Amino acid sequence: MQLILESLFNGVAIGSVLLVAALGLAIVFGLMGVINLAHGELMMLGAYSTYITQLIFKQVSFLKPFYDSYVIVAIGIAFLVSGTVGILLERTVIRRLYGSPLETLLATWGVSLILQQFVRSVPLAYASGLVIALFFGLFTPLFISDDLLHGAKGKLIRACTWGFSALLGVATGGVLSSLVSKLSRASARNVDVTAPSWMRGGIDFVGITFPKTRLLIILITLISVLVVIFFLDKTAWGMRIRAVTQNRPMSDCLGISTETVDIITFGIGSGLAGVAGVAVSLLGSVGPNVGGNYIVGCFMVVVLGGVGNLLGTILASFSIGIMTDLIGAGRLLTIWPDMPSPLYSTIDFFATTSMARVMIFALIVIFLQFKPTGMFPQKGRMVES
Amino acid sequence: MSIFSTKKSWINLTIWVLLIALIIAAPSVLPVFRLNLLGRYLSLAIVALGVDLIWGFTGMLSLGQGIFFALGGYCAAMFLQLNSAGEFPNGIPEFFGLYGVEKLPFFWEPFKSSIFTIISIWLIPAIIAGLLGYLVFRNRIKGVYFSILTQAALLVFFNFFNGQQKLINGTNGLKTDVTQLFGQMVGSEIMQRWFFWISAVLVILAWFFARWIVRDRFGNILIGIRDDEARVRFTGYNPVIFKTIIFSIAGGLAGISGALYTVQSGIVSPQFMTVPFSIEMVIWVAVGGRGTLLGAILGAVLINYAKSLVSEALPASWMFIQGGLFILVVTALPEGVLGWIRKDGPKKLLFLLGINKKLETYPSLEVNEQGEVKS
Repeated sequence: MQLILESLFNGVAIGSVLLVAALGLAIVFGLMGVINLAHGELMMLGAYSTYITQLIFKQVSFLKPFYDSYVIVAIGIAFLVSGTVGILLERTVIRRLYGSPLETLLATWGVSLILQQFVRSVPLAYASGLVIALFFGLFTPLFISDDLLHGAKGKLIRACTWGFSALLGVATGGVLSSLVSKLSRASARNVDVTAPSWMRGGIDFVGITFPKTRLLIILITLISVLVVIFFLDKTAWGMRIRAVTQNRPMSDCLGISTETVDIITFGIGSGLAGVAGVAVSLLGSVGPNVGGNYIVGCFMVVVLGGVGNLLGTILASFSIGIMTDLIGAGRLLTIWPDMPSPLYSTIDFFATTSMARVMIFALIVIFLQFKPTGMFPQKGRMVES
Repeated sequence: MSIFSTKKSWINLTIWVLLIALIIAAPSVLPVFRLNLLGRYLSLAIVALGVDLIWGFTGMLSLGQGIFFALGGYCAAMFLQLNSAGEFPNGIPEFFGLYGVEKLPFFWEPFKSSIFTIISIWLIPAIIAGLLGYLVFRNRIKGVYFSILTQAALLVFFNFFNGQQKLINGTNGLKTDVTQLFGQMVGSEIMQRWFFWISAVLVILAWFFARWIVRDRFGNILIGIRDDEARVRFTGYNPVIFKTIIFSIAGGLAGISGALYTVQSGIVSPQFMTVPFSIEMVIWVAVGGRGTLLGAILGAVLINYAKSLVSEALPASWMFIQGGLFILVVTALPEGVLGWIRKDGPKKLLFLLGINKKLETYPSLEVNEQGEVKS
């Protein structure tokens, strides 16, 4: 019983990282039919944001008393950072390739290469300055009244906001690099995020120790999923997103601005990648390649769960997580020691994390033979679906 | 002669002449190190041809060609290891001793035969590609789904090969440059020259083969699948069979390419199955010109050459250049370089720059001195 509970917990912990990472991917894929290969790199940006937030809380005197709560601040910052970069990506690259998903796949791979090299060769302080400049440049016009943004005066105002944002970015970069010396040099080395003291150790319950970091990750995931469900089901923009997901041309005809829906969805999807990055940074060291370790797991979730239904994504992540733990950690063998010997030796062969992936992939391909469009396929009468 | 009558053929002919001149001149001009690099790039051109067949002609973007590439490489390396294993204890390759393996694993046995190896280099990848393809295509999984499934398959194979120390030396891979073939060291200069020639000849043969495939009705069906698969199905063809066959052919080509690359680079390792390498193969084809077989060869050779030059000079900048290339080629140059040339791209560029003012949109009419149209 204890064993089963422990295994279940571990599985849910693995699955919740996958879930929060795959959630954004799945929403974007459902809406635009686009797989974002830079999703892993957006996670990486989220993880680096956590690292930078942590350093700032450590170095800046008036933030020091609040050091313990930096993780919570980091979640917000990571969401904004990845969301900003995601929106920029959507506006500059993905928009041009609408209707050709394979080309989008390649272009986003190019973006992921650039992002990886970017964090290697640009000092993190200036990288954050750039993100801040982009953030204000992209979002300030939203808060200026529409009348001011038309005509020649509008152009001038837009140029002014960008100039102001650029100055702000440069200033931030300068201040950060002088305050925190670790951020002033470019480095390709992995960095470590240290969890605050209240997150270390674990909680004992029915004889099992649950590590607090993993509990926090499960909590983060739970909150993200609830917020996303609330947003999609209860708000006006959520309804529009669902409408465009179901039928884009018809929504367009009914007056929904599909362009804005695309931007919002892509921003939220990318932001969720950032939140996943925070979770990832708590589990291990952070490097330029950190996203790559999770991205294929996310693809598997999307393939297994199908699009257009969050329940599919949730079930798929948890089943992959639990399977990984059951097979990979060899727990199946401890739970059921006297299974028939050929089965025992087969499962023993797959009892490492990497071999568990092999097994899970095989199981997914078998599953797809019966349900080619995932657990919860979208209903429709299109010839292609 | 009809085949030289169109402009397309003239461009092709020019590129062919240049390519063959390069191949013939290279061994006497280039030092062995560069020659070896060129030989590797020519062998990579074969896998690029396969990618072009499945992506450029059939519209299936596989991000997992590295699987078949590495399988071909492993077949060749296993044969070479066994071929020179006689001097080692137990008569099995040396690395087995490190893991306490005393008996050759069963699947190594057939690779003692050279004929089996030469067949298996293309047949094993082709069979695995066909099997994987059939299971996926049967369920009408396509587009992005297909791409990410192949990528996942790639990672799975990578994990499998990476983890099996006792079977195939895991992450260290199999070395081939110190093995023996025909009494010569595989890594020696004379052998490397031979491998260069073999690669060059096989690229040309592979091109003829691919051209033979796409020329006739079979090729038309492939293009039909790319442009509108549902319509092909309604017309009475079963796309599954055609897709499986072409995917399997591309797998076989990848296997040949992998074997040639392995003997020239001196090692095969799970690194051949990493995600970036397989996506790079796609970009070679995209830059060269998808749907043009010559473009695939050209792209593979040129991009890899550029990669080695840039990486030697400015190691950090290659990732930026490559990333930019991915974005640029899909947004600005979707037909690739060759497609751009064939579609009068240079003329349009000159026009845009203001050098060449006249852009003919209608067939020109013959006029006399007074500017009247001759009847």
